[in-house]
Amino acid sequence: MSEALLSCSGLSVRFGGLVALDALDLEVRSGAILGLIGPNGSGKTTLFNVITGIYRAAGGRAQFSGQDLAGMTPQRIYAAGVTRTFQRSRLALPLSVFDNVMIGNHRRLHHGLWFNLFRRSELRREFESNLAKARALVATFSARLAGRMFDAAGAFSMIDRRRIEICRALVSEPRLLLLDEPSAGMTHEETRELMDDLLAVRSRLPGLSIVIIEHEMNVIERVCERCAVLNYGRKIAEGSYAQVAADRQVQIAYLGTE
Amino acid sequence: MSVLPGIASIAAMALYAAFFLHAESQAQVLGLVALGVVGVPVLARVGWIARTATSLEAHPLAARSASVAALAVIIALFHDQHFVMLMLASVLLYSVACLGLTVQFGYAGVVNFAGAAFLGVGGYTSAVFGPHVPHALVLLIGGGLAALVGSILILPILRTRGHYAALITVAFGILFRTFVEVNDALGGPQGLQVKGMNLFGWELNSPLRDLSFYANYVFVGLALAAAAFVLVRRLERSWVGLSLDAVRLDETAAAVFGIDVARWKILAFTCGNFFAGIAGAAYAMMTGFVAPNSFTFGDSLILVSIVLLGGLGSAWGVPLAAGIVLIVPEKLQALQEYRFLLYAMLVIVILLARPQGLIARPAREYFPK
Repeated sequence: MSEALLSCSGLSVRFGGLVALDALDLEVRSGAILGLIGPNGSGKTTLFNVITGIYRAAGGRAQFSGQDLAGMTPQRIYAAGVTRTFQRSRLALPLSVFDNVMIGNHRRLHHGLWFNLFRRSELRREFESNLAKARALVATFSARLAGRMFDAAGAFSMIDRRRIEICRALVSEPRLLLLDEPSAGMTHEETRELMDDLLAVRSRLPGLSIVIIEHEMNVIERVCERCAVLNYGRKIAEGSYAQVAADRQVQIAYLGTE
Repeated sequence: MSVLPGIASIAAMALYAAFFLHAESQAQVLGLVALGVVGVPVLARVGWIARTATSLEAHPLAARSASVAALAVIIALFHDQHFVMLMLASVLLYSVACLGLTVQFGYAGVVNFAGAAFLGVGGYTSAVFGPHVPHALVLLIGGGLAALVGSILILPILRTRGHYAALITVAFGILFRTFVEVNDALGGPQGLQVKGMNLFGWELNSPLRDLSFYANYVFVGLALAAAAFVLVRRLERSWVGLSLDAVRLDETAAAVFGIDVARWKILAFTCGNFFAGIAGAAYAMMTGFVAPNSFTFGDSLILVSIVLLGGLGSAWGVPLAAGIVLIVPEKLQALQEYRFLLYAMLVIVILLARPQGLIARPAREYFPK
């Protein structure tokens, strides 16, 4: 049994009087895929925002590979190896596909002003190796997209944008990937394709753990080994998909009851 | 993409500029303005401007050489006319400042409605240090002091966004003007005299042969503008440019991918003010004086309107828009105060036809062929 990569204990977030996360305990082991489900407003995205340092927890602890995430800036959390996608795509639409993917590769790029202005031949080598790398990554999702690396991200369809966003999150080879509703706005067929491509990438990155927020139950069933169910900021069930789907509380809270 | 559309457009613009600068009567000037007002939307509609832009992007060396050649022709034609040479030098020096604003506003999204104040810091630097320090150094000190004075604003700008950050810069601009106006050591409302530029023994205020002495400032302005242009282009075409764009477009997404939003805003703001300070120092040496009334909120708006009219983030758009914004009102002198009305209408018409600005910023190519 491998170590917990991410562990939350008693994690709470409040917005004024609203309790968005209520003493949440959660563990993600290295290499695991955890599905996170629950009705709208149950705290799933809030959890992502706490893990990535956008929100501050009011109580409890969140640890990533032994480091306490409280007090870490989003930048340091990224550098530690956590990346994410957003529920509503947050690409830089006027920028090219390559630019968007490279935003995700920030920690591997040289940012010195002198280097960027005056050591152009070294920058060029860095640019070329990164272009080859980004192209290869994008090509695992779509060869057509990989052929249009310098077109603006805004020129592409929803599924392509989602692919770009996932590539942006994967390019730095993170240890933990947080996917916030990757299927939103896509057809079943498109979602299926995207998940297959994602699993293909994961097979090349054995240490990668994924937490995926999803409303499409067939996605959860197919890709997740375990899933956790949130309701009103509390975890009401955890286990395999079959286990949680059979849980009476989950059925009432989420899947609907007669 | 052929180089021809780009070269043809530069030649046409040079010809237009030559006629415009040459035009004596108000009828000629108004005729040329009308031609521009009708011509630009038509050229935009048939796709000529886009073709020009792609052509110039594809052949950077040809584009730069043709622009310099066009400038050389105009200098040759008007070499002894003070007014034209002063205008050209102003356009070039304003381009330096506006390229700085492009880094701030166009790339990092840090609005600066106090551009004139940073020009002013450079100008007053020339007045105070000019008599004692070599002038090449004075230009650098002007830039450095502008960057330093700008650092006062960094904290409030980092803590606010959008309109609020803009308002802070507006307030700072007014503050600067009031400060120099009431400060007797800096000449108060009358301002200070500034000595003409002397670069390594070359006295710019003594004319070369039959050239206007302002032509010397055109040469220096061209050198500064070319340097600023190359630096800004290189900055854009690098990981730094990418980070600045990421900060402008979505600060939260940028932060989640490790981009230090504050660092890049500070860098862009400081670089931009540095450029403005250098431009202001050179400009003051050219005009021979600095006074609070040259650095009003209205002057800051002129800088911002050059950046917007040229196309936000577009380096080529800056000198073009600076030419329009600075020269058109001067040539409409006979209309007296109405000239600003006409000029404002002109800017509105252009932006209606070209909401992205005259030359929209092209997609980033790190190493164009």
